[in-house]
Amino acid sequence: MAEHAQAPLLQLAGLVRHFGGVYALNGVDLSVERGEIHALIGPNGAGKTTLIHHISGAMHPDAGSVRFDGADITRMAMHTRVAHGLARSYQITNVFARLTVFDNIALAVEARHGGGDETQAVIERIGLAGATGVAAGALSHGEQRQLEVGLALATAPRLLLLDEPLAGMGPEESERMIELLDHLGRDMTLLLVEHDMDAVFRLADRVSVLVAGKVIASGLPDDVRADAEVRRAYLGDT
Amino acid sequence: MSFYVESRRRRYAASVVLAGLAAFPLLAQALDQGFYVSLMSRVLIYALAATSLNLVLGFGGMVSFGHAAFVGLGAYTVALLTSAGAVSAWVAWPAAVAVSALAALFVGAVSLRTRGVYFIMITLAFAQMLYYLIVSLKTWGGDDGLPLAARNILGAGIDLKDDANFYYAVLACLVATLLLVGRLIRSRFGRVIQGIRENEARMEAIGYPVFGYKLACFTIGGALAGLAGALLVNQTGLASPNQMFWTQSGMLLVMVVLGGVGSLYGGALGAAALLILEEVLSGYTIHWQLGVGAVLLTVVFLAPHGLAGLATVVARKRHG
Repeated sequence: MAEHAQAPLLQLAGLVRHFGGVYALNGVDLSVERGEIHALIGPNGAGKTTLIHHISGAMHPDAGSVRFDGADITRMAMHTRVAHGLARSYQITNVFARLTVFDNIALAVEARHGGGDETQAVIERIGLAGATGVAAGALSHGEQRQLEVGLALATAPRLLLLDEPLAGMGPEESERMIELLDHLGRDMTLLLVEHDMDAVFRLADRVSVLVAGKVIASGLPDDVRADAEVRRAYLGDT
Repeated sequence: MSFYVESRRRRYAASVVLAGLAAFPLLAQALDQGFYVSLMSRVLIYALAATSLNLVLGFGGMVSFGHAAFVGLGAYTVALLTSAGAVSAWVAWPAAVAVSALAALFVGAVSLRTRGVYFIMITLAFAQMLYYLIVSLKTWGGDDGLPLAARNILGAGIDLKDDANFYYAVLACLVATLLLVGRLIRSRFGRVIQGIRENEARMEAIGYPVFGYKLACFTIGGALAGLAGALLVNQTGLASPNQMFWTQSGMLLVMVVLGGVGSLYGGALGAAALLILEEVLSGYTIHWQLGVGAVLLTVVFLAPHGLAGLATVVARKRHG
């Protein structure tokens, strides 16, 4: 057990996934330590969302393994992973549009047999206490993104996978979301896919860079920023 | 809000209709129109069958195009058991429910691995396979079906051969089914299947075993269809392959759409509307289906939530 406590919360080893002849994941190795905010960056088409699908269990790899909290979960169904504390949010808002904010969060809380006060607490945490009875489809884009994170948060995860939580947000909305993520990072481990570099370098304890289905660098933000290979492959510097 | 909420007004309307239905045989006999008791029994049986489909389609979001197969299986189970000597309704009817539930469990376990149009087609295929299997089984009557020598025995001095008694037995089954389905959709299970109807992928992502819930819903729907089949064979005196032909599944779908997809009373309303319309129009013309088509089109365009939705709209307008 002591060994488990030392092991990374999430460990990917040699993940491979191809669609026809295209390798979306080409041997991904990645570890996410307990308690950190880990950002995953990379150019468009690098395989970031595909990787999130494989960690969350929406897809299964052709080769390689996913270990969560020391246990091999490579073949585990998505809903079972959620019960073990591994939840995700979506890049494209994927909420229950016809249900109220309350019913959205309540569904996720009820999945683990939680009660109404827990639902209320999650709604307050994501800053939607003023919109509890509003249908999710009628919320502003920024609020829908908050709800999107809230749905994953309501499952009480230990590792929260966030797929571009800032996508399509204005500066003010972004600021609110960054604050929320900063707070969440104190209570749980976050793996964050994000394009907004300011946000990444403000939030992340560590950064990994995914290029063409492979992690080419992983480390402290400043080290990654200084990495020559990363600059060449991704940041566009010469 | 898209979780189903049963308004007080709707509950009130339902109890008024129930009182009317309870008084119906007395009224019909007083007017010497005993034939209508038999017709209404048929309406109530189809109301039960359509309600079971509405659980699957309207709340579970699964467009099953083979629901009549479970009705037919219930009918055949009762006919076979009765001819083998198990004449008690308390044996034959639960057996029909069990056989249809098992069949739905099997069909669902295979079909629910597909989505959308493929699901519609595979449920249709299963039902048609069963239809052709039954037609080819000469020992079970083949094309001609399997007659039921006499209605099942209920005991307690209630003789189901009497049309009024049979009517009340059917009414009791329908009311029990509506109470059960109503309870089910208000429960956690009901919220979960409605959540799956709204957004299946997200339900999986917040921790629900979606496949299991859908299969459970599909199986319960099939089981209730089996009960409808058990009643149907008692009403007509014949278990016929026609009862599971795909047009019957289509008719059940039409009933649900006409009455209101995802409304507790939608299936019952649609069944009543369709069968009564058929009865009335067929008295005037052999082309009665044209009239039914016109009514269906009107409802779909003017009241997309079916007759149940229309009733709500009218009530709101009148009471402000």
